[in-house]
Amino acid sequence: MAKTIIEEINRNIYDIKNKDEYDFKIQKGLTPEIINEISKQKNDPEWMREFRLKALEVYNKLELPTWGPELSELNMNEIATYVRPKTKLNNSWEDVPEDIKNTFDKLGIPEAEKKSLAGVGAQYDSEVVYHSMKEDLIKQGVIYTDMETAVIEYPDLVKTHFMKCVPVHDHKFVALHGAVWSGGSFVYVPKGVKVDIPLQSYFRLNSPESGQFEHTLIIVDEGASLHFIEGCSAPKYNKINLHAGCVELYVKDNAYLRYSTIENWSKNMLNLNTKKAIVGENAQIDWVTGSFGSKISMLYPMSVLNGKGAKTEFTGISFAGKGQNLDNGFKVIHNAPNTSSVVNAKSISKNGGKCTYRSLVRINENAKNSKSSVSCESLMLDDISISDTIPVNDIRTDDVEFSHEAKIGKISDKTIFYLMSRGLSEEDAKAMIVRGFAYPTSKELPVEYAVEMNNLIDLELEGAIG
Amino acid sequence: MKLLEIKDLYVKTPDKEILKGINLNINKGEIHVIMGPNGSGKTTTANAILNNPAYVKEKGKIIFDGQDITNLKTDEIARKGIFMSFQLPEEIPGITVSNFLRYAKNKVTGKPVKIFEFKDELKKYMEELNMNSKNVERSLNVGFSGGEKKKNEILQLLVLKPKLAILDETDSGLDVDAIRTVSKGIEMFKNNDNAILIITHNTKILSSLKVDYVHILIDGKIVKTGTQELAKEIEENGYEKYKIM
Repeated sequence: MAKTIIEEINRNIYDIKNKDEYDFKIQKGLTPEIINEISKQKNDPEWMREFRLKALEVYNKLELPTWGPELSELNMNEIATYVRPKTKLNNSWEDVPEDIKNTFDKLGIPEAEKKSLAGVGAQYDSEVVYHSMKEDLIKQGVIYTDMETAVIEYPDLVKTHFMKCVPVHDHKFVALHGAVWSGGSFVYVPKGVKVDIPLQSYFRLNSPESGQFEHTLIIVDEGASLHFIEGCSAPKYNKINLHAGCVELYVKDNAYLRYSTIENWSKNMLNLNTKKAIVGENAQIDWVTGSFGSKISMLYPMSVLNGKGAKTEFTGISFAGKGQNLDNGFKVIHNAPNTSSVVNAKSISKNGGKCTYRSLVRINENAKNSKSSVSCESLMLDDISISDTIPVNDIRTDDVEFSHEAKIGKISDKTIFYLMSRGLSEEDAKAMIVRGFAYPTSKELPVEYAVEMNNLIDLELEGAIG
Repeated sequence: MKLLEIKDLYVKTPDKEILKGINLNINKGEIHVIMGPNGSGKTTTANAILNNPAYVKEKGKIIFDGQDITNLKTDEIARKGIFMSFQLPEEIPGITVSNFLRYAKNKVTGKPVKIFEFKDELKKYMEELNMNSKNVERSLNVGFSGGEKKKNEILQLLVLKPKLAILDETDSGLDVDAIRTVSKGIEMFKNNDNAILIITHNTKILSSLKVDYVHILIDGKIVKTGTQELAKEIEENGYEKYKIM
């Protein structure tokens, strides 16, 4: 029976489970005492401790969202929000404890670092265990470090930017993030500096019944450019894990940032993540996202086009299998003249999986002569899977070009027959069609990641046919 | 030497009996043509040979190269060496012609494809077929004109080198120049070890090929078999005479 095979499928490298060994694991639950303890364990400066406690107050006041996937199975009393691995921050893989290093080895991180990356950060549970960047970037004034170091070493930059792009009262899980955040990366690219080779941060959650709340803060200063890649995964457990990260991106005038994500959380993960970019004059943010994992995902990266001529492109694909409810999308606010946004969102659902594309396009009155074009396409691999599109378009000026296109489809038997007549098995044929469908996303990724994405597709399709 | 043997084949779709006892023998080195009016079962014959699940075989056998392939899966039949050029080739977004063909060649031959040899081969065939060399980097059949799609089918035929090529209405909807190019491709493919089964309802494509046998298919039965002369007769007089039977 195909359906049971899917549940039993070996997600191989992603499912490596290390023993739940840690240096410190906070008790489950969410109280001011617990927050104070996390703050103490992390040696926060006083302003950060106060910030956390305020965020907790906001969290307690805010309600769960009244729309989207059902979140009732999330019980914060069953989640440990801080797990410190048995190591400090290292800048050499040699110094990372063996089991942790092995995990990242199998995920291909040190290898990718040698071949195709300018810098790497690797987080294990709540803390970053490895961070390193090429010498020439350091010389050019680029900063790439873990968030904790940034709080201590660059307090002015952090204080003026940390949770200013995404304020804690945005929604309940951002408030939660503000209270318990730990780990993540801080990047500053100085004016005019072009970082040609990508930086990558990888987030791995190993500990059961816990959460990961990393904070990524990137400032690309005027005229500078950067490609940042984030990857995430976790082994599967029977109980719920929670991811509520926060990504804040500042793309200053004439700057460029590409933010790529390959997300493969395990299927017991609630991925309630928040990402937002503020984009200056003639600056551009491009989002590229491959979303495969999680039991429930609610993720809607947002571009705020504040400067004249600011641009954004979103290219993403979600793949939902049995038991998955991926409620993903994109939000854009056109808040200046001559701004433009292009969205190319795709989703694939199979074995009863559910994909929803939820979006907001707002074009403010002042955003004269702006353009927005949205295309979303869904592919359902069987009759029991679900796909939905919920766009909100709020256009407040007539002087715009706006288009929205949505398509929902299935793989036709004729197409499968055509490919099989060329010697491809039914499974190969379906995989080829799905890979082609995902191509607009994979072509935007560096080649190694495109390969990883295709492998994930093959992994997802394995046993799905039969 | 016998390559394909169809014995007393009956085929239906969910709502209709289509083939009612087809018998057909094709030897290596031969070109066969099946002609017939619309709805007579020509495309069904092609699909039945490749065992398209949409067509159900009720009776009969298909022997290819000495093996019973009646109930094999389509991809297994393709790997045994049967190719079909489609009347309406499917579009596959995001998969380039070049990648697709390399993958298919690997599947059909079961051997790794040498990339440079493959690219040279592809280039050579595309020149012969007057194809735009940029087409190899386009998604398979997506946005191709009718003529480009048909040429692309012939390109696949040349690259995959089957033992038996079934060309289903490859000439339909093509202008004179395109028909000439497609015929040229067919001639390039043809040798003494392989065979071709052409399905058509007009005779234009036949003028430049040396056809061995012409079969007239009416209402699911082969009612007459002859030589190229038979095609000429059909061109002049139509199928009326055979329909009465």
